Amino acid sequence: MAFLELQGLDKRYDDLTAVADFSLSVTKGEFVCLLGPSGCGKTTTLQMVAGFTPPTRGHIVLDGRDITNDKPSQRGLGIVFQSYALFPHMTVADNVGFGLEMRSVALTDRRQRVADTLALVHLAPMASRFPRELSGGQRQRVALARALVIQPPVLLLDEPMGALDAKLREEMQIELRALQRRVGITTLMVTHDQAEAMTLADRVVLMNKGRIEQVERPFEMYENPNGRFSSTFLGKANVIEGHTVDGVVAANGHRLPRGEGSAAGEVDYIVRPEKMEFSTTGAFVRGRISARVFLGNHWLFQVDTPLGLLQITQANIGLPQAAEGDEVGLAWSANHARIVPRGSAS
Amino acid sequence: MNEPRNLLPYWLTVPGVLVMLAFVALPMVLTLSLSLYPFSSATGVGEGLTIANYADIARDEYFHVIFMRTFGMAALVTVICIAIGVPEAYVLAHLSPRWRAISMVIVLGPLLISVVVRTLGWAVLLGNEGVINKLLLAAGLVTEPVKMMFTFTGVVVALVHVLVPFMVLAVWASLQKLDAATEQAAESLGASLPTVMRRIVFPQVIPGVLSGGLIVFALAASAFATPAIIGGRRLKVVATTIYDEFLGNLNWPLGAALALVLVVIVLCVSMGMNRYIERKYKQVFV
Repeated sequence: MAFLELQGLDKRYDDLTAVADFSLSVTKGEFVCLLGPSGCGKTTTLQMVAGFTPPTRGHIVLDGRDITNDKPSQRGLGIVFQSYALFPHMTVADNVGFGLEMRSVALTDRRQRVADTLALVHLAPMASRFPRELSGGQRQRVALARALVIQPPVLLLDEPMGALDAKLREEMQIELRALQRRVGITTLMVTHDQAEAMTLADRVVLMNKGRIEQVERPFEMYENPNGRFSSTFLGKANVIEGHTVDGVVAANGHRLPRGEGSAAGEVDYIVRPEKMEFSTTGAFVRGRISARVFLGNHWLFQVDTPLGLLQITQANIGLPQAAEGDEVGLAWSANHARIVPRGSAS
Repeated sequence: MNEPRNLLPYWLTVPGVLVMLAFVALPMVLTLSLSLYPFSSATGVGEGLTIANYADIARDEYFHVIFMRTFGMAALVTVICIAIGVPEAYVLAHLSPRWRAISMVIVLGPLLISVVVRTLGWAVLLGNEGVINKLLLAAGLVTEPVKMMFTFTGVVVALVHVLVPFMVLAVWASLQKLDAATEQAAESLGASLPTVMRRIVFPQVIPGVLSGGLIVFALAASAFATPAIIGGRRLKVVATTIYDEFLGNLNWPLGAALALVLVVIVLCVSMGMNRYIERKYKQVFV
């Protein structure tokens, strides 16, 4: 049963379409990530759900009630802003208690709920501090506590990790995931970071140029990208242009094994770098290694082939199997290749 | 340690320091020394040092009323300027860039016109035969002209008009630093627009309100042209009293003493407010 339903949302500015025909059903307790490059309309979509931007067309239905024309203050959603938007002149406890105060919750009850929520995000000792006296990660948790304390039906997160450094970001992602599971709150998050989307989301909504490209669980989206954009935005991919003939894919005079997918005619042939391997016999294509890069847990090879530059990664479990300048053959298992209808280059 | 000190920065302050000494410090010192001369209406300014002028000011009910009126007026003007200027600045900050540019010109326009001309304009509006009274009479709302010229209210209205741009500018500068998302956050937590203004926006623009308030208060307390024209001879404030002492009674020492007392009170009130508010709202002062 859909808990939050976005039906055919459009947002047009004078001559610019920010979001076009966006439809999505979110079930109760689900964690959904809107993922896409900047300017793809993901933040506009979140703003429409929050009520700060009225949609040009379409409806937003929450738990069976149409909230499209409700003001933000009537929707009662919990929102964590990219800048956190903490009230600088209030203590942590007052920040968190603000939503309860607006709901006229009695003081003793309010204090209890603020304390409980601060404990939930491990900030109980910080209650009387001011936002300025907190670290970035602590501020983010205050923002989260402020959104959660009103027990909203839906939690909206707008790039919540954007202001954190890489190491802290990973910690907070895992903590956020655990917290979301524990509270069981339906969550809609916007991010441009594909790793973050994969870490956190039950389902990823991949957007590009105002439209939905693909909606899938992270693993399925990674394994079965439905097009060139999905394959290259979520993870790395080798995309080879070809066309289908007699059960194989012909590309620049090479015959590649027909992979998964029903597309026919002009196709994009997609193989992930880690699914390729060096092969002396039975190589589909041969080339010369033009670059080799050490990346800690894996090696990245760039191979110059008649099909274009292909990337291969190998786990770092010993010495690398080839060096720059080596002639190598490349092979992969047919069921690791995907064929999708030819897409545009971007 | 015998490190060679770079003296250039100190030398570079010399022109500024000289200007300040010549045009601020020196006149203040001269005013102070002038205020210590004795005076009698028969012989004029005499010789020697005395604090009789200050004693006069401290004792005479006449001056007490004038000082009370001046600072009551300045405080009221400041409060009204805050009440008008803060919402005005908020609206300005939320206009589209084109309308903001146009509105800025309208807000700052009054500053481009001489204060005397502006005040005479108010006299045309407020007089018994003035535009406002004619309209009220024509509309049948009043049966006889409402007295506005030569009243406390008239002076306050005219001063607010002159001084509100300073408040708008100061608050507007503060609003630039405000994270608009804090308003959205408050709204999403269930706050109505008046609550957002009162609980979220206003406390965050306190630094602007303070600096605007100090400017408005100081200018209102020392205003001369507006109280002189709208208030007239009988509704005296300190500035017009000083003028009368100097040019009417030729009692320069008393005028100088009044001027110094005015400066000292304005300074004390300003610094006191500054300290009090910076302490009370220290989280929004960075």
